[in-house]
Amino acid sequence: MKGSTRNLLVGVAYVVLLGGLLWLAQSTLNNYYLRILAVIGINIILTVSLNLTNGFTGDFSLGIAAFMAIGAYTAALLSLPVAMKTASFPGLPEWLQGIAAPFLPATIAGGLLAAGVAALVGVPVLRLRGHYLAVATLGLMVIVRIVANNWQDVTRGARGINGLPPVSNIWWTFGWAVITIYVVWMIVNSPYGRAMIGVREDWLAAQARGVRLLRTRMLAFTISAFFAGVAGALWAHLITAITPSSFSFVITFNIVVMLVVGGMGSITGSVLGAVLLTLLPEGLRQVETALASGGAPVYGLSQIIIALLAALVMIFRRQGLFGGKELRLPGMVERE
Amino acid sequence: MFTPTYVVQQIINGVNLGSMYALIAIGLTIVYGLLRLINFAHGDLMMLGAYLGLLLLSATFTPLLLTLLIPMLVIGFVGVLVERVAYRPLRGAPEVTMLITSLAVSSIIENTMVMSVTAQPRAFTLPPGVNQLHTVAGVSFSTLDVVTVALSVTLMTALTLYIRMSRTGIAMRAAAENLRAARLMGIDINRVVMVAFFLGSALAAVAGWLWAAKYSTVEPFMGFLPGLKAFVAAVIGGIGVIPGAMLGGYLLGFAEIFFVGFLPPAFSGYRDAFVFALLLIILLIRPNGILGTATDERA
Repeated sequence: MKGSTRNLLVGVAYVVLLGGLLWLAQSTLNNYYLRILAVIGINIILTVSLNLTNGFTGDFSLGIAAFMAIGAYTAALLSLPVAMKTASFPGLPEWLQGIAAPFLPATIAGGLLAAGVAALVGVPVLRLRGHYLAVATLGLMVIVRIVANNWQDVTRGARGINGLPPVSNIWWTFGWAVITIYVVWMIVNSPYGRAMIGVREDWLAAQARGVRLLRTRMLAFTISAFFAGVAGALWAHLITAITPSSFSFVITFNIVVMLVVGGMGSITGSVLGAVLLTLLPEGLRQVETALASGGAPVYGLSQIIIALLAALVMIFRRQGLFGGKELRLPGMVERE
Repeated sequence: MFTPTYVVQQIINGVNLGSMYALIAIGLTIVYGLLRLINFAHGDLMMLGAYLGLLLLSATFTPLLLTLLIPMLVIGFVGVLVERVAYRPLRGAPEVTMLITSLAVSSIIENTMVMSVTAQPRAFTLPPGVNQLHTVAGVSFSTLDVVTVALSVTLMTALTLYIRMSRTGIAMRAAAENLRAARLMGIDINRVVMVAFFLGSALAAVAGWLWAAKYSTVEPFMGFLPGLKAFVAAVIGGIGVIPGAMLGGYLLGFAEIFFVGFLPPAFSGYRDAFVFALLLIILLIRPNGILGTATDERA
């Protein structure tokens, strides 16, 4: 049997196994744990897709929160029931008033708009060397937040949008996580992915071999933004209420830490980083509350530990847990 | 509607804001020039400077000048410490690792402050008299505004002279131009980087003090946006070029104030968005900034 066919079959078997586990979780766990599980799925989407830019292409994007916000607001505006729109959004354009899109198209629309905005930012920034992208994407975060705060007719400003249909669950988030992993894995193992790695390792040599730099970097950046937008949409319909301040820099930073802990340039590393660093703060939050002892909880502690972890990984194990290598799942074979 | 006094008033406001951006941008641009590091922790040193200033101000016996000088010194050393502990072990590593580390340092500083003084904003009150308003021919400004501009210009002049004349300054410019060649010429790179961090952080502390005095408040996350905008200023002026950071700082200050002052009030909420839109435009048409040399920043 050809290696790729075999891997595909084994992959399908893993997805079925994951489905079984999710079904088990669904029938045994309470809502609190199911919610954490759903967030793990979202964080896997974010980390794996961020890996495409920050890990494989070597461009440092800090736009997660911005793209999530774009995806979340877009999907929210599409999926809200018509009755609620006429009541809460009198200023909304006519054509949008009448739509109450199902969850899937709303999510995809959110992703597409995020990718479109990424393309707009990418054109000036990705032509340049140096890490201007980091600052430009942080700037984008500020812009998105300001627009969300000021565009009263569409976003309701600081009041945010609430009462979203609570349609997001572990099936949606892990479904999208599987799609993300599959897409990123396929790209990385295609000529496009090789071009991305080439750009990261030595852009001049890559260019000399005929790699189109702007196009390659743009592809990674927009695809990554698409999935961040999708993740934002999933998240919005999980917590059912969003405000401009929901999408803060802390989200971006935590995803970056998940990525570097797992190891930039490793998909399995990203998945593991996302799982570990979603669970860690949940545990630490209980410590924070326990430490309170009468007074206010010691906020900030978990964030300090996460940041410290990132700094220590950078100083002592720059390549992260997986060092850019993939953990080969049992049954899979190397591609020839 | 735009009377001459109104225009002059806007110019004064622009100089004021620009001075603070320039002070912050200098530290960012020196460090970027030497290490190719976008130091995201720079804005947080500014915040620490403001808090230390507040602490000294609340001890009423401290002379006003010392509430500014002590933070300068202390934060200068904090900057050196950050470099020594977090950035030096990464010398020679890919730029991205330093970038991530600086994000981590920023988060550590901010959240340590949240843990120790809470995230509640605090009032930054100056002794009476400093905030006194003067009105000359319809244009009003406070004593603080005068101090801000005078102090910034003095410090920047001193810094420029130091960079131009002193041995360390010359070494710094040489290292910024080519780190390896400078090392081959016997320049102690660690010392140069240390001095750079000291100077940059000290200026950030001054900017933090002035910023807090201007807006009468301090909070642990106050450094994030000014730090980011100062980087935009540095890019406008030409990243890595010290006079460029000053020029960029003032241009950005003017641009921001004029954006708010001369456009319909409906736009004023979009002030910060305008700054970053400006960054994208600059990167599109003149990525090397105004004073930057045409190095191959294009990929």
